[in-house]
Amino acid sequence: MKMLQSALLIFLVLAGLWPPSQLIGQVSYDRILSAANEPENWLTYNGTYSSQRYSGLRQITPSNVDDLELKWMLQNQVFGAWQSNPIVVDGIMYVTERPNDVMAVDAVTGRVFWLYRHTPTEDARVCCGANNRGVAVLDDKVFMGTLDAHLIAIDATNGQPLWNVEVGDENLGYSITMAPLVVKDKVMVGVGGGEFGIRGFVVAYDADTGEEAWRFYTIPGPGEPGHDTWSGDDWEHGGAPVWITGSYDPELNLTYWGVGNPGPDWNADQRPGDNLYSDAVVALDADTGELQWYFQFTPNDGYDYDSVQVPILADMDWNGVPSKLMLWANRNGYFYVLDRVTGEFLSGTPFVKVNWSSGLDENGRPIPTPQPPGSPTWPGNQGGTNWYPPSYSPRTGLFYVSAWEDYATIYEKEEAEYQPGRMFLGGGFTVLTPVPGAPTIGIGRTSPINNWTDEVGRGAVLALDPHTGEAKWRFEQFDVSDSGMLTTASDLLFTGGREGYFHALDARTGELLWKASLGGQIVMAPITYMMNGEQYVSVISGHTLVTFGLRD
Amino acid sequence: MRVIISKIRHRTPSFISLSVFWLSSFALLLSTTEPGLAQSSYADHQYTSEDIEAGSRVYIAECALCHRRNGSGVDGVDLRLGQFRRPLSDNDLREVITTGIANGRMPGIDLRQDELDGIVAYIRAGFDPSGVAVRVGDAASGQMLFEGEGECSTCHRVNGEGPYLAPDLSDIGVIRTPAALQRTLLEPSSALLPINRPVRAVTRDGETIRGRRLNEDTYTVQMIDAEQRLRSLVKADLVEYEVSETPTMEPTTLSSDEIADLIGYLLTLGGLS
Repeated sequence: MKMLQSALLIFLVLAGLWPPSQLIGQVSYDRILSAANEPENWLTYNGTYSSQRYSGLRQITPSNVDDLELKWMLQNQVFGAWQSNPIVVDGIMYVTERPNDVMAVDAVTGRVFWLYRHTPTEDARVCCGANNRGVAVLDDKVFMGTLDAHLIAIDATNGQPLWNVEVGDENLGYSITMAPLVVKDKVMVGVGGGEFGIRGFVVAYDADTGEEAWRFYTIPGPGEPGHDTWSGDDWEHGGAPVWITGSYDPELNLTYWGVGNPGPDWNADQRPGDNLYSDAVVALDADTGELQWYFQFTPNDGYDYDSVQVPILADMDWNGVPSKLMLWANRNGYFYVLDRVTGEFLSGTPFVKVNWSSGLDENGRPIPTPQPPGSPTWPGNQGGTNWYPPSYSPRTGLFYVSAWEDYATIYEKEEAEYQPGRMFLGGGFTVLTPVPGAPTIGIGRTSPINNWTDEVGRGAVLALDPHTGEAKWRFEQFDVSDSGMLTTASDLLFTGGREGYFHALDARTGELLWKASLGGQIVMAPITYMMNGEQYVSVISGHTLVTFGLRD
Repeated sequence: MRVIISKIRHRTPSFISLSVFWLSSFALLLSTTEPGLAQSSYADHQYTSEDIEAGSRVYIAECALCHRRNGSGVDGVDLRLGQFRRPLSDNDLREVITTGIANGRMPGIDLRQDELDGIVAYIRAGFDPSGVAVRVGDAASGQMLFEGEGECSTCHRVNGEGPYLAPDLSDIGVIRTPAALQRTLLEPSSALLPINRPVRAVTRDGETIRGRRLNEDTYTVQMIDAEQRLRSLVKADLVEYEVSETPTMEPTTLSSDEIADLIGYLLTLGGLS
């Protein structure tokens, strides 16, 4: 092993990759642009701007993965689901914990250098838990959005806040749970609050000063194209939040953002029209925020099918032509392939059972088949998949995603009156169960006993072929999974699930190669990095950040 | 930390049929009239929808002033949710209504028999005019049935007495409604919670293990076996693993009056206070 490490180090030196050409800990925009060239770091939420969650590291392989051992653990001192995605820069890991703590951690030992704590005002409100999914880094700063809808720049060396701006009014239900996206000299962030009647937006700030550079509203105002997809004053409180980090194509200079549900969530009758740009992907100019194109997955959504999935950017032949594509397994149950230059719909295939729509037309618009009142709708309210990041491996050509199978809900709609800052839902839902009153799947797992069982819904890792939309293989789990994916250049796939198992699968076949029972729900995605010639894999399970490496 | 590699993929063999089964039982739930599957047996055990409808009018005229329209006007009592200061059979309820209680703070009310039945039906239906009103009989008689002719105590344990084979019922009166209890008695297959389904496993060395499921995940299952031992099985070590949709419990053959009594007894089981 030592020989291998030395060889690798020599290779990195010869390749000009080691030591990093910049100051340690200084993450220039150029470094982020070329993040794929320094796989020993994990520089953005999804690893690179293309958000493939694919790492070039290959020290851990299918043949030695059985030699993984525990290297260190970091225990979270607060309670609740831990959905944060760590970033690793030159041996320092930046990770957030509830509600708005940032920690700088030695990535080799797990010991903490500093902790910055922002205590959100008590007026902050979120639908689904005091989550924070991580930070962004640029130069000498770390950026975190907060539950009370502020964006804070923090000194990466000592954890001191440098600037703090109000992004939205927490009293109106605006919040930030996503990790920001940094492009060039700007830091970009979207807002949550789709259950509180907000008007969603993406906003960019000057990374040095915190001065606002541009703001794109995900609901067009009067006079803007798309405004006529709303009726009356519905647009003022129509939701369409942006609560998951977007992607960026530097050649096109476009940022891509998934937009969440319209409000009120479940009463679509109350807001006639397509309700743009809810449940859509929008392509925004990185310098101006100008809309270049959009594609709406679920017009006039009455099912809470947020399109907040991570846009995965992949280049491959499409019908024999080299193409710049976007791959998207949507909460509404369809897997889409889009042309990311134009937004053109190329294909769409259901990857779980779908009965809210009978298919997609030639433009990708769903043909709606609403179910009678009291009847189940597939996929259920939490969707065929949700916000947890998928992965695409350019080596296997497969798209990997956590799917919820045989999971359905019964929706009820009612008239909702908008009141500023109050829940704006328009009904509710119940999860379909085998017998009346049986326990059901919740937003997170709250018990070590699975008393709802696979009959209410179960999880599967699907390996989808983008060209056909078909699963090349599937890896089933008894409980559903909110775990994201990580693939590597050695064709390993790392993922977890609510049961607390951490799996290493063969990315080509889906064969289980290794697993560890970590005992707490895994509700984020693993990352990998390398330090001192040793590859590490980190994942959060329950209240513990666990880091594995090969046996010494 | 060395972890054993496992590659098995066992699935519940009857999953598809279970889904279909459940859809049909769901359709039953949706119907506001009687469930079709067991129409005759259910009808025997319930008040009629006319009783409930009539009872709602009498309730509003006679009771709502103090108990309020939603049934929660008196401390410690929620008539709509079936919460009383002590478990009450239907006859107990009639007695309270006609003679009063709490040192005259609730006066007795003089009602015709059909009006009295109507109020009881309305309360037992959870104030839902389209709901199902389950009769609640005499708890003492119900306990005798539980331990005797009803054969409940051959599998169920209550307050530290009895076997562990079926779920412990010590607190069943606070975690199940009368309607759910009746459903379990008449049609156990439509009420058995999925986690409680009987399982059968055969190990590599030929041992057949039967029992009641306690917990399950992708790789393991925890159960209590027929010898009442806690067992944890690794699926990769099994050659067969089945989860049955058929409960061990058979539909009861007790009469409708006896079932009402049994429900009356079960509702007294409130666990450790």
